[in-house]
Amino acid sequence: MSDGNRGPGFGRSEAAQGYLLVATPLAYALLLLAAPLGAILLFSFWSQDYLTIDTALTLKNYREALSDPLYRQLLLRSLLISAAVTTATVLAAFPIAYYVSFHVAPERKAMWIFLITIPFWTSYLIRVFLWKVILGYNGVFNTTLLGLGIIDEPLTFILYNANAVVITLAHAYAPFAILPIFVALEKIDRSLHEASQDLGEGYLSTFWRVTLPLAMPGVVAAVLIVFIPTIGDYVTPVLVGGPDGRMIANMIQTQFLRLNNAPMGAALAVLTMAMVTVVALVFVFLNRRYLRGRQ
Amino acid sequence: MKRPLRVYAILYLCFLYAPIALLPVFAFNDGTVIAFPLRGFTWDWFRQLAGIPALHAAVLNSLKIAVISAILATCLGVLAARAATRFAFPGKKGIMGLIMLPLVLPEIIVAVSLLVVLLQLGLSLGAWTVILGHVLIATPFAIAILNSAFQGLDRSLEEAAVDLGETKWSSFRLVTLPLVMPGIISSLLIAFTISLDEFIIAFFLTGTEPTLPVYLWGQMRFPQRLPVIMALGTILVLASVLLLAIAEYARRRGAARTGQKDAGGFL
Repeated sequence: MSDGNRGPGFGRSEAAQGYLLVATPLAYALLLLAAPLGAILLFSFWSQDYLTIDTALTLKNYREALSDPLYRQLLLRSLLISAAVTTATVLAAFPIAYYVSFHVAPERKAMWIFLITIPFWTSYLIRVFLWKVILGYNGVFNTTLLGLGIIDEPLTFILYNANAVVITLAHAYAPFAILPIFVALEKIDRSLHEASQDLGEGYLSTFWRVTLPLAMPGVVAAVLIVFIPTIGDYVTPVLVGGPDGRMIANMIQTQFLRLNNAPMGAALAVLTMAMVTVVALVFVFLNRRYLRGRQ
Repeated sequence: MKRPLRVYAILYLCFLYAPIALLPVFAFNDGTVIAFPLRGFTWDWFRQLAGIPALHAAVLNSLKIAVISAILATCLGVLAARAATRFAFPGKKGIMGLIMLPLVLPEIIVAVSLLVVLLQLGLSLGAWTVILGHVLIATPFAIAILNSAFQGLDRSLEEAAVDLGETKWSSFRLVTLPLVMPGIISSLLIAFTISLDEFIIAFFLTGTEPTLPVYLWGQMRFPQRLPVIMALGTILVLASVLLLAIAEYARRRGAARTGQKDAGGFL
Protein backbone atom coordinates (compact mmCIF):
# COMPACT_ATOMS: atom_id res chain seq x y z
CA MET A 1 0.00 0.00 0.00
CA SER A 2 2.95 2.38 0.34
CA ASP A 3 4.01 4.67 -2.49
CA GLY A 4 7.14 2.63 -3.09
CA ASN A 5 5.57 -0.28 -4.95
CA ARG A 6 3.65 1.88 -7.42
CA GLY A 7 4.48 1.74 -11.12
CA PRO A 8 5.44 4.76 -13.18
CA GLY A 9 1.71 5.34 -13.89
CA PHE A 10 1.27 6.65 -10.37
CA GLY A 11 3.43 9.70 -10.82
CA ARG A 12 1.86 12.21 -8.51
CA SER A 13 1.83 11.67 -4.80
CA GLU A 14 -1.18 10.22 -3.08
CA ALA A 15 -1.99 13.47 -1.26
CA ALA A 16 -1.75 15.57 -4.42
CA GLN A 17 -4.18 13.30 -6.25
CA GLY A 18 -6.58 13.43 -3.33
CA TYR A 19 -6.46 17.23 -3.23
CA LEU A 20 -6.95 17.43 -6.98
CA LEU A 21 -10.12 15.36 -6.75
CA VAL A 22 -11.57 17.04 -3.68
CA ALA A 23 -10.75 20.56 -4.92
CA THR A 24 -14.01 21.14 -6.82
CA PRO A 25 -16.46 19.99 -4.12
CA LEU A 26 -14.36 21.81 -1.54
CA ALA A 27 -14.37 25.03 -3.56
CA TYR A 28 -18.15 24.71 -3.91
CA ALA A 29 -18.58 24.24 -0.16
CA LEU A 30 -16.24 27.14 0.61
CA LEU A 31 -17.96 29.52 -1.81
CA LEU A 32 -21.58 28.58 -1.14
CA LEU A 33 -21.45 27.40 2.47
CA ALA A 34 -18.46 28.75 4.38
CA ALA A 35 -18.47 32.20 2.77
CA PRO A 36 -22.24 32.74 3.22
CA LEU A 37 -22.02 31.55 6.84
CA GLY A 38 -19.18 34.04 7.34
CA ALA A 39 -21.33 36.72 5.72
CA ILE A 40 -24.18 35.97 8.13
CA LEU A 41 -21.78 36.31 11.05
CA LEU A 42 -20.54 39.65 9.71
CA PHE A 43 -24.08 40.85 9.00
CA SER A 44 -25.12 40.12 12.55
CA PHE A 45 -22.70 42.81 13.74
CA TRP A 46 -24.09 45.41 11.35
CA SER A 47 -27.33 47.29 11.84
CA GLN A 48 -30.23 48.32 9.70
CA ASP A 49 -31.45 51.88 9.63
CA TYR A 50 -34.70 51.78 7.67
CA LEU A 51 -33.42 51.09 4.13
CA THR A 52 -29.70 51.57 4.54
CA ILE A 53 -27.35 49.16 6.24
CA ASP A 54 -24.88 50.66 8.68
CA THR A 55 -21.64 48.68 8.39
CA ALA A 56 -20.15 49.94 11.64
CA LEU A 57 -19.65 46.91 13.88
CA THR A 58 -22.03 46.84 16.81
CA LEU A 59 -23.48 44.41 19.35
CA LYS A 60 -26.86 46.15 19.16
CA ASN A 61 -28.66 43.20 17.52
CA TYR A 62 -27.39 40.72 20.08
CA ARG A 63 -28.28 43.03 22.95
CA GLU A 64 -31.77 43.41 21.56
CA ALA A 65 -32.17 39.68 20.88
CA LEU A 66 -31.13 38.77 24.40
CA SER A 67 -33.10 41.48 26.20
CA ASP A 68 -36.37 41.59 24.24
CA PRO A 69 -38.73 39.07 25.89
CA LEU A 70 -40.22 38.18 22.48
CA TYR A 71 -36.92 36.95 21.05
CA ARG A 72 -35.86 35.33 24.29
CA GLN A 73 -39.10 33.44 24.53
CA LEU A 74 -38.80 32.23 20.92
CA LEU A 75 -35.21 31.08 21.41
CA LEU A 76 -36.06 29.26 24.63
CA ARG A 77 -39.19 27.68 23.16
CA SER A 78 -37.31 26.48 20.08
CA LEU A 79 -34.73 24.89 22.34
CA LEU A 80 -37.40 23.19 24.48
CA ILE A 81 -39.45 21.95 21.51
CA SER A 82 -36.31 20.67 19.84
CA ALA A 83 -35.26 18.86 23.03
CA ALA A 84 -38.73 17.33 23.43
CA VAL A 85 -38.75 16.18 19.80
CA THR A 86 -35.28 14.68 20.17
CA THR A 87 -36.20 12.80 23.36
CA ALA A 88 -39.45 11.47 21.91
CA THR A 89 -37.90 10.50 18.58
CA VAL A 90 -34.86 8.73 19.98
CA LEU A 91 -36.80 6.89 22.71
CA ALA A 92 -39.37 5.71 20.18
CA ALA A 93 -36.70 4.81 17.64
CA PHE A 94 -34.45 2.70 19.85
CA PRO A 95 -36.78 -0.32 20.18
CA ILE A 96 -37.33 -0.34 16.41
CA ALA A 97 -33.62 -0.28 15.67
CA TYR A 98 -33.12 -2.97 18.32
CA TYR A 99 -35.87 -5.15 16.90
CA VAL A 100 -34.57 -4.91 13.31
CA SER A 101 -30.98 -5.51 14.37
CA PHE A 102 -31.53 -8.38 16.82
CA HIS A 103 -34.78 -10.08 15.88
CA VAL A 104 -35.17 -9.72 12.12
CA ALA A 105 -33.60 -12.38 9.89
CA PRO A 106 -30.47 -10.98 8.18
CA GLU A 107 -31.90 -11.31 4.66
CA ARG A 108 -34.96 -9.27 5.62
CA LYS A 109 -33.15 -6.41 7.37
CA ALA A 110 -32.62 -4.43 4.16
CA MET A 111 -36.35 -4.57 3.46
CA TRP A 112 -37.22 -3.30 6.94
CA ILE A 113 -34.77 -0.42 6.65
CA PHE A 114 -36.17 0.41 3.21
CA LEU A 115 -39.72 0.43 4.62
CA ILE A 116 -38.65 2.74 7.44
CA THR A 117 -36.91 5.21 5.10
CA ILE A 118 -39.61 5.47 2.40
CA PRO A 119 -41.86 7.99 4.20
CA PHE A 120 -38.81 10.16 4.88
CA TRP A 121 -38.16 10.57 1.16
CA THR A 122 -41.66 11.76 0.34
CA SER A 123 -42.39 15.48 0.30
CA TYR A 124 -41.79 16.97 3.75
CA LEU A 125 -44.28 19.76 3.06
CA ILE A 126 -47.02 17.25 2.20
CA ARG A 127 -46.34 15.17 5.31
CA VAL A 128 -46.52 18.16 7.65
CA PHE A 129 -49.63 19.37 5.88
CA LEU A 130 -51.23 15.95 6.40
CA TRP A 131 -50.68 16.21 10.16
CA LYS A 132 -52.62 19.45 10.07
CA VAL A 133 -55.43 17.62 8.29
CA ILE A 134 -55.28 14.78 10.83
CA LEU A 135 -55.06 16.85 14.02
CA GLY A 136 -57.40 19.73 13.05
CA TYR A 137 -60.62 20.79 14.82
CA ASN A 138 -62.64 19.20 12.02
CA GLY A 139 -59.77 16.86 11.21
CA VAL A 140 -59.63 13.16 10.63
CA PHE A 141 -58.73 12.32 14.23
CA ASN A 142 -61.49 14.39 15.82
CA THR A 143 -64.24 13.47 13.36
CA THR A 144 -63.39 9.79 13.74
CA LEU A 145 -63.51 9.93 17.54
CA LEU A 146 -66.76 11.94 17.39
CA GLY A 147 -68.25 9.51 14.90
CA LEU A 148 -67.37 6.59 17.14
CA GLY A 149 -68.90 8.40 20.11
CA ILE A 150 -65.67 8.34 22.14
CA ILE A 151 -65.65 12.13 22.64
CA ASP A 152 -68.51 14.64 22.67
CA GLU A 153 -66.69 17.63 21.28
CA PRO A 154 -63.50 17.98 19.21
CA LEU A 155 -60.23 17.89 21.11
CA THR A 156 -58.45 21.22 20.82
CA PHE A 157 -55.17 20.53 22.61
CA ILE A 158 -53.77 18.63 19.64
CA LEU A 159 -53.53 21.36 17.00
CA TYR A 160 -52.06 24.86 16.87
CA ASN A 161 -49.75 24.45 19.84
CA ALA A 162 -46.39 23.02 20.81
CA ASN A 163 -47.78 19.46 21.18
CA ALA A 164 -48.70 19.36 17.51
CA VAL A 165 -45.23 20.59 16.57
CA VAL A 166 -43.59 17.86 18.66
CA ILE A 167 -45.79 15.08 17.20
CA THR A 168 -45.23 16.23 13.63
CA LEU A 169 -41.47 16.67 13.96
CA ALA A 170 -41.07 13.36 15.81
CA HIS A 171 -42.76 11.74 12.85
CA ALA A 172 -40.67 13.62 10.28
CA TYR A 173 -37.32 12.79 11.86
CA ALA A 174 -37.96 9.16 12.83
CA PRO A 175 -35.64 7.58 10.20
CA PHE A 176 -32.86 9.99 11.16
CA ALA A 177 -32.94 8.49 14.65
CA ILE A 178 -33.47 4.87 13.68
CA LEU A 179 -30.64 4.52 11.15
CA PRO A 180 -27.62 5.58 13.26
CA ILE A 181 -28.81 3.48 16.22
CA PHE A 182 -29.38 0.51 13.90
CA VAL A 183 -25.87 0.85 12.46
CA ALA A 184 -24.35 0.98 15.97
CA LEU A 185 -26.34 -2.08 17.08
CA GLU A 186 -25.29 -4.00 13.97
CA LYS A 187 -21.64 -3.52 14.91
CA ILE A 188 -22.04 -5.18 18.31
CA ASP A 189 -20.36 -8.57 18.50
CA ARG A 190 -23.19 -11.02 19.23
CA SER A 191 -20.91 -13.29 21.23
CA LEU A 192 -20.71 -10.58 23.91
CA HIS A 193 -24.38 -11.25 24.66
CA GLU A 194 -23.84 -14.95 24.93
CA ALA A 195 -20.85 -14.34 27.18
CA SER A 196 -22.87 -12.00 29.37
CA GLN A 197 -25.73 -14.47 29.67
CA ASP A 198 -23.34 -17.38 30.26
CA LEU A 199 -21.91 -15.38 33.13
CA GLY A 200 -25.35 -15.24 34.68
CA GLU A 201 -26.67 -11.83 33.64
CA GLY A 202 -30.35 -11.67 32.78
CA TYR A 203 -31.90 -10.24 29.63
CA LEU A 204 -32.39 -6.77 31.08
CA SER A 205 -29.04 -6.48 32.81
CA THR A 206 -27.29 -7.68 29.64
CA PHE A 207 -29.10 -4.93 27.77
CA TRP A 208 -28.24 -2.37 30.41
CA ARG A 209 -24.59 -3.32 30.89
CA VAL A 210 -23.57 -4.57 27.44
CA THR A 211 -25.92 -3.48 24.65
CA LEU A 212 -26.71 0.08 25.70
CA PRO A 213 -23.12 1.27 26.34
CA LEU A 214 -22.03 -0.25 23.02
CA ALA A 215 -24.97 1.35 21.21
CA MET A 216 -24.23 4.77 22.73
CA PRO A 217 -22.30 6.16 19.71
CA GLY A 218 -25.40 5.52 17.59
CA VAL A 219 -27.67 7.15 20.15
CA VAL A 220 -25.41 10.20 20.29
CA ALA A 221 -25.41 10.46 16.49
CA ALA A 222 -29.21 10.12 16.48
CA VAL A 223 -29.63 12.84 19.12
CA LEU A 224 -27.41 15.28 17.24
CA ILE A 225 -28.88 14.56 13.82
CA VAL A 226 -32.42 15.15 15.13
CA PHE A 227 -31.72 17.99 17.54
CA ILE A 228 -29.70 20.27 15.26
CA PRO A 229 -32.01 20.52 12.23
CA THR A 230 -35.29 20.56 14.21
CA ILE A 231 -34.40 23.76 16.05
CA GLY A 232 -34.43 25.59 12.71
CA ASP A 233 -37.64 24.10 11.37
CA TYR A 234 -39.88 26.55 9.59
CA VAL A 235 -42.75 24.64 7.96
CA THR A 236 -44.09 22.70 10.94
CA PRO A 237 -44.57 25.67 13.31
CA VAL A 238 -46.41 27.61 10.60
CA LEU A 239 -48.75 24.79 9.60
CA VAL A 240 -49.54 23.15 12.93
CA GLY A 241 -47.95 25.36 15.59
CA GLY A 242 -50.40 28.23 15.93
CA PRO A 243 -49.30 31.33 17.87
CA ASP A 244 -47.95 29.30 20.80
CA GLY A 245 -45.94 26.96 18.62
CA ARG A 246 -43.96 29.54 16.65
CA MET A 247 -40.24 28.91 16.59
CA ILE A 248 -37.14 30.95 15.93
CA ALA A 249 -36.98 30.09 12.21
CA ASN A 250 -40.29 31.87 11.71
CA MET A 251 -38.87 35.01 13.29
CA ILE A 252 -35.70 34.75 11.18
CA GLN A 253 -37.84 34.54 8.05
CA THR A 254 -39.95 37.50 9.19
CA GLN A 255 -36.84 39.60 9.82
CA PHE A 256 -35.38 38.81 6.41
CA LEU A 257 -38.41 38.85 4.13
CA ARG A 258 -41.03 40.98 5.87
CA LEU A 259 -39.36 43.47 8.21
CA ASN A 260 -36.38 43.81 5.89
CA ASN A 261 -34.06 43.75 8.87
CA ALA A 262 -31.40 41.32 7.67
CA PRO A 263 -28.86 42.15 10.42
CA MET A 264 -31.37 41.26 13.15
CA GLY A 265 -32.30 38.06 11.29
CA ALA A 266 -28.61 37.23 10.96
CA ALA A 267 -28.03 37.78 14.68
CA LEU A 268 -30.93 35.45 15.52
CA ALA A 269 -29.55 32.83 13.11
CA VAL A 270 -26.09 33.07 14.71
CA LEU A 271 -27.58 32.86 18.21
CA THR A 272 -29.56 29.76 17.20
CA MET A 273 -26.46 28.07 15.84
CA ALA A 274 -24.44 29.04 18.91
CA MET A 275 -27.15 27.64 21.19
CA VAL A 276 -27.30 24.38 19.25
CA THR A 277 -23.53 24.03 19.28
CA VAL A 278 -23.28 24.59 23.03
CA VAL A 279 -26.04 22.11 23.82
CA ALA A 280 -24.55 19.54 21.44
CA LEU A 281 -21.08 19.91 22.98
CA VAL A 282 -22.42 19.59 26.52
CA PHE A 283 -24.35 16.49 25.48
CA VAL A 284 -21.30 14.86 23.87
CA PHE A 285 -19.20 15.72 26.95
CA LEU A 286 -21.77 14.22 29.35
CA ASN A 287 -21.96 11.10 27.23
CA ARG A 288 -18.17 10.69 27.30
CA ARG A 289 -18.28 10.86 31.07
CA TYR A 290 -21.11 8.33 31.22
CA LEU A 291 -19.16 5.89 29.06
CA ARG A 292 -15.99 6.39 31.04
CA GLY A 293 -17.86 5.79 34.28
CA ARG A 294 -19.07 2.48 32.87
CA GLN A 295 -15.63 1.11 32.16
CA MET B 1 -39.14 -10.09 24.45
CA LYS B 2 -39.46 -10.77 20.74
CA ARG B 3 -43.25 -10.67 20.45
CA PRO B 4 -43.92 -7.29 22.17
CA LEU B 5 -41.08 -5.74 20.18
CA ARG B 6 -42.59 -7.03 16.97
CA VAL B 7 -46.02 -5.61 17.83
CA TYR B 8 -44.37 -2.29 18.67
CA ALA B 9 -42.44 -2.32 15.38
CA ILE B 10 -45.61 -2.87 13.38
CA LEU B 11 -47.49 -0.14 15.27
CA TYR B 12 -44.56 2.18 14.65
CA LEU B 13 -44.66 1.47 10.94
CA CYS B 14 -48.40 2.28 10.99
CA PHE B 15 -47.58 5.62 12.66
CA LEU B 16 -44.95 6.29 9.98
CA TYR B 17 -47.30 5.50 7.13
CA ALA B 18 -50.59 6.84 8.55
CA PRO B 19 -50.39 10.36 7.08
CA ILE B 20 -49.31 9.16 3.65
CA ALA B 21 -52.00 6.49 3.60
CA LEU B 22 -54.62 9.21 4.00
CA LEU B 23 -53.51 10.98 0.82
CA PRO B 24 -55.12 8.70 -1.76
CA VAL B 25 -58.15 8.17 0.49
CA PHE B 26 -59.09 11.85 0.33
CA ALA B 27 -57.73 12.46 -3.16
CA PHE B 28 -60.51 10.20 -4.47
CA ASN B 29 -63.15 11.30 -1.94
CA ASP B 30 -66.12 13.16 -3.39
CA GLY B 31 -66.27 15.97 -0.82
CA THR B 32 -64.43 19.22 -0.14
CA VAL B 33 -64.08 18.57 3.60
CA ILE B 34 -61.20 16.32 4.64
CA ALA B 35 -62.98 14.20 7.27
CA PHE B 36 -64.63 10.84 7.75
CA PRO B 37 -67.08 9.41 6.75
CA LEU B 38 -66.13 9.26 3.07
CA ARG B 39 -68.68 10.38 0.51
CA GLY B 40 -67.97 8.50 -2.68
CA PHE B 41 -65.43 7.96 -5.37
CA THR B 42 -64.36 10.67 -7.83
CA TRP B 43 -61.60 11.47 -10.32
CA ASP B 44 -62.64 15.12 -10.20
CA TRP B 45 -59.67 16.46 -8.21
CA PHE B 46 -57.18 14.86 -10.56
CA ARG B 47 -59.08 16.24 -13.53
CA GLN B 48 -58.92 19.74 -12.03
CA LEU B 49 -55.13 19.45 -11.80
CA ALA B 50 -54.96 19.32 -15.58
CA GLY B 51 -56.59 22.77 -15.86
CA ILE B 52 -54.20 24.89 -13.74
CA PRO B 53 -51.50 26.56 -15.92
CA ALA B 54 -49.65 28.00 -12.90
CA LEU B 55 -49.27 24.46 -11.56
CA HIS B 56 -47.88 23.20 -14.84
CA ALA B 57 -45.31 26.00 -14.94
CA ALA B 58 -44.27 25.15 -11.36
CA VAL B 59 -43.92 21.45 -12.22
CA LEU B 60 -41.74 22.22 -15.23
CA ASN B 61 -39.63 24.62 -13.21
CA SER B 62 -39.18 22.01 -10.45
CA LEU B 63 -38.26 19.27 -12.92
CA LYS B 64 -35.67 21.50 -14.58
CA ILE B 65 -34.13 22.45 -11.24
CA ALA B 66 -34.18 18.86 -9.97
CA VAL B 67 -32.50 17.40 -13.07
CA ILE B 68 -29.68 19.97 -13.11
CA SER B 69 -29.19 19.79 -9.32
CA ALA B 70 -29.07 15.99 -9.40
CA ILE B 71 -26.40 15.96 -12.14
CA LEU B 72 -24.24 18.62 -10.46
CA ALA B 73 -24.56 17.09 -6.98
CA THR B 74 -23.65 13.65 -8.30
CA CYS B 75 -20.59 15.00 -10.15
CA LEU B 76 -19.38 16.72 -6.97
CA GLY B 77 -20.26 13.56 -5.04
CA VAL B 78 -18.18 11.34 -7.33
CA LEU B 79 -15.15 13.61 -6.93
CA ALA B 80 -15.43 13.83 -3.16
CA ALA B 81 -16.28 10.17 -2.59
CA ARG B 82 -13.43 9.04 -4.83
CA ALA B 83 -11.00 11.32 -2.98
CA ALA B 84 -12.28 10.17 0.41
CA THR B 85 -12.20 6.44 -0.27
CA ARG B 86 -9.10 6.12 -2.44
CA PHE B 87 -6.57 8.70 -1.23
CA ALA B 88 -5.12 9.76 2.08
CA PHE B 89 -4.31 13.44 2.43
CA PRO B 90 -3.77 15.80 5.37
CA GLY B 91 -6.89 17.62 6.51
CA LYS B 92 -9.21 15.07 4.92
CA LYS B 93 -11.47 14.87 7.96
CA GLY B 94 -11.96 18.62 8.15
CA ILE B 95 -12.53 19.02 4.41
CA MET B 96 -15.06 16.20 4.26
CA GLY B 97 -16.68 17.55 7.43
CA LEU B 98 -17.25 20.92 5.77
CA ILE B 99 -18.68 19.34 2.60
CA MET B 100 -21.00 17.09 4.67
CA LEU B 101 -22.08 19.92 7.00
CA PRO B 102 -25.38 20.74 5.19
CA LEU B 103 -26.60 17.29 6.30
CA VAL B 104 -27.05 18.59 9.87
CA LEU B 105 -27.29 22.35 9.35
CA PRO B 106 -30.86 23.68 9.68
CA GLU B 107 -32.00 24.43 6.14
CA ILE B 108 -33.18 27.89 7.07
CA ILE B 109 -29.59 28.82 7.95
CA VAL B 110 -28.39 27.65 4.53
CA ALA B 111 -31.25 29.53 2.88
CA VAL B 112 -30.79 32.89 4.61
CA SER B 113 -27.01 32.86 4.32
CA LEU B 114 -27.22 32.23 0.56
CA LEU B 115 -29.93 34.88 0.26
CA VAL B 116 -27.81 37.50 2.03
CA VAL B 117 -24.79 36.86 -0.18
CA LEU B 118 -26.77 36.79 -3.43
CA LEU B 119 -28.59 40.01 -2.62
CA GLN B 120 -25.40 41.75 -1.51
CA LEU B 121 -23.75 40.78 -4.79
CA GLY B 122 -26.74 42.32 -6.55
CA LEU B 123 -27.67 39.07 -8.32
CA SER B 124 -31.28 38.41 -9.24
CA LEU B 125 -33.04 35.37 -7.83
CA GLY B 126 -34.32 32.64 -10.09
CA ALA B 127 -34.14 28.95 -10.92
CA TRP B 128 -30.34 29.01 -10.94
CA THR B 129 -30.09 30.33 -7.36
CA VAL B 130 -32.36 27.49 -6.20
CA ILE B 131 -30.07 25.07 -8.05
CA LEU B 132 -27.04 26.48 -6.18
CA GLY B 133 -28.76 25.76 -2.86
CA HIS B 134 -30.09 22.35 -3.84
CA VAL B 135 -26.68 21.16 -5.05
CA LEU B 136 -25.27 22.21 -1.68
CA ILE B 137 -27.76 20.12 0.34
CA ALA B 138 -27.95 17.16 -2.06
CA THR B 139 -24.16 16.67 -2.36
CA PRO B 140 -23.73 15.14 1.15
CA PHE B 141 -26.39 12.53 0.35
CA ALA B 142 -24.70 11.79 -2.97
CA ILE B 143 -21.37 11.38 -1.17
CA ALA B 144 -22.89 9.03 1.42
CA ILE B 145 -24.27 6.78 -1.32
CA LEU B 146 -21.17 6.97 -3.53
CA ASN B 147 -18.82 6.38 -0.59
CA SER B 148 -20.28 2.94 -0.09
CA ALA B 149 -20.15 2.29 -3.84
CA PHE B 150 -16.45 3.23 -4.02
CA GLN B 151 -15.62 1.45 -0.76
CA GLY B 152 -16.81 -1.86 -2.18
CA LEU B 153 -14.32 -1.61 -5.03
CA ASP B 154 -11.38 -3.95 -5.10
CA ARG B 155 -8.44 -1.65 -5.73
CA SER B 156 -6.42 -4.40 -7.40
CA LEU B 157 -8.84 -4.39 -10.36
CA GLU B 158 -7.73 -0.86 -11.27
CA GLU B 159 -4.12 -1.64 -10.65
CA ALA B 160 -4.41 -4.67 -12.90
CA ALA B 161 -5.83 -2.47 -15.68
CA VAL B 162 -2.91 -0.03 -15.29
CA ASP B 163 -0.44 -2.92 -15.31
CA LEU B 164 -2.03 -4.16 -18.52
CA GLY B 165 -1.26 -0.86 -20.18
CA GLU B 166 -4.35 1.28 -19.64
CA THR B 167 -3.82 4.88 -18.59
CA LYS B 168 -5.17 6.04 -15.23
CA TRP B 169 -8.12 7.74 -16.87
CA SER B 170 -9.02 4.86 -19.18
CA SER B 171 -8.79 2.35 -16.35
CA PHE B 172 -11.14 4.58 -14.36
CA ARG B 173 -13.53 4.80 -17.30
CA LEU B 174 -13.39 1.11 -18.27
CA VAL B 175 -13.12 -0.58 -14.88
CA THR B 176 -14.13 1.69 -12.00
CA LEU B 177 -16.98 3.61 -13.60
CA PRO B 178 -19.01 0.55 -14.72
CA LEU B 179 -18.62 -0.94 -11.23
CA VAL B 180 -19.88 2.19 -9.44
CA MET B 181 -22.54 2.97 -12.07
CA PRO B 182 -25.41 1.63 -9.93
CA GLY B 183 -24.23 3.92 -7.11
CA ILE B 184 -24.20 6.87 -9.51
CA ILE B 185 -27.74 6.11 -10.70
CA SER B 186 -28.88 5.73 -7.11
CA SER B 187 -27.25 9.05 -6.22
CA LEU B 188 -28.84 10.82 -9.21
CA LEU B 189 -32.29 9.59 -8.23
CA ILE B 190 -31.91 10.50 -4.56
CA ALA B 191 -30.56 13.97 -5.37
CA PHE B 192 -33.42 14.45 -7.83
CA THR B 193 -35.96 13.48 -5.15
CA ILE B 194 -34.38 15.79 -2.56
CA SER B 195 -34.45 18.74 -4.95
CA LEU B 196 -38.01 18.01 -6.11
CA ASP B 197 -39.34 17.93 -2.52
CA GLU B 198 -37.22 20.69 -1.02
CA PHE B 199 -39.16 23.71 0.19
CA ILE B 200 -37.30 26.17 2.43
CA ILE B 201 -34.35 26.96 0.17
CA ALA B 202 -36.64 27.23 -2.85
CA PHE B 203 -38.99 29.47 -0.84
CA PHE B 204 -36.17 31.94 -0.08
CA LEU B 205 -34.30 31.79 -3.38
CA THR B 206 -36.93 31.21 -6.04
CA GLY B 207 -37.75 34.77 -7.03
CA THR B 208 -40.84 35.10 -9.23
CA GLU B 209 -41.01 31.56 -10.66
CA PRO B 210 -42.21 29.21 -7.90
CA THR B 211 -41.13 25.58 -7.72
CA LEU B 212 -43.79 22.94 -7.12
CA PRO B 213 -43.44 22.90 -3.29
CA VAL B 214 -43.52 26.72 -3.19
CA TYR B 215 -46.66 26.70 -5.36
CA LEU B 216 -48.21 24.08 -3.06
CA TRP B 217 -47.37 26.20 -0.02
CA GLY B 218 -49.29 29.09 -1.55
CA GLN B 219 -52.33 26.87 -2.15
CA MET B 220 -52.40 25.51 1.40
CA ARG B 221 -53.97 28.72 2.68
CA PHE B 222 -57.21 28.09 0.77
CA PRO B 223 -59.48 25.49 2.42
CA GLN B 224 -61.43 24.88 -0.82
CA ARG B 225 -58.18 23.79 -2.50
CA LEU B 226 -57.59 20.95 -0.02
CA PRO B 227 -58.83 18.03 -2.16
CA VAL B 228 -56.79 19.22 -5.14
CA ILE B 229 -53.69 19.40 -2.90
CA MET B 230 -54.42 15.83 -1.77
CA ALA B 231 -54.58 14.71 -5.41
CA LEU B 232 -51.35 16.51 -6.22
CA GLY B 233 -49.72 15.08 -3.08
CA THR B 234 -50.76 11.57 -4.10
CA ILE B 235 -48.99 11.99 -7.44
CA LEU B 236 -45.90 13.49 -5.78
CA VAL B 237 -45.62 10.70 -3.21
CA LEU B 238 -46.13 8.03 -5.87
CA ALA B 239 -43.37 9.61 -7.98
CA SER B 240 -41.00 9.76 -4.97
CA VAL B 241 -41.66 6.13 -4.01
CA LEU B 242 -41.18 4.98 -7.60
CA LEU B 243 -37.85 6.82 -7.91
CA LEU B 244 -36.73 5.40 -4.57
CA ALA B 245 -37.61 1.87 -5.51
CA ILE B 246 -35.49 2.24 -8.67
CA ALA B 247 -32.65 3.82 -6.63
CA GLU B 248 -32.77 0.99 -4.10
CA TYR B 249 -32.78 -1.59 -6.90
CA ALA B 250 -29.73 0.08 -8.50
CA ARG B 251 -27.93 0.24 -5.15
CA ARG B 252 -28.52 -3.45 -4.44
CA ARG B 253 -27.38 -4.45 -7.90
CA GLY B 254 -24.25 -2.38 -7.38
CA ALA B 255 -23.61 -4.01 -4.02
CA ALA B 256 -24.04 -7.44 -5.59
CA ARG B 257 -21.75 -6.54 -8.49
CA THR B 258 -18.86 -5.50 -6.27
CA GLY B 259 -19.47 -8.49 -4.01
CA GLN B 260 -20.58 -6.54 -0.91
CA LYS B 261 -22.86 -7.91 1.70
CA ASP B 262 -26.14 -6.04 1.55
CA ALA B 263 -26.33 -3.80 4.61
CA GLY B 264 -29.48 -1.97 3.50
CA GLY B 265 -30.44 1.69 3.60
CA PHE B 266 -29.06 4.81 1.99
CA LEU B 267 -27.45 6.51 4.93
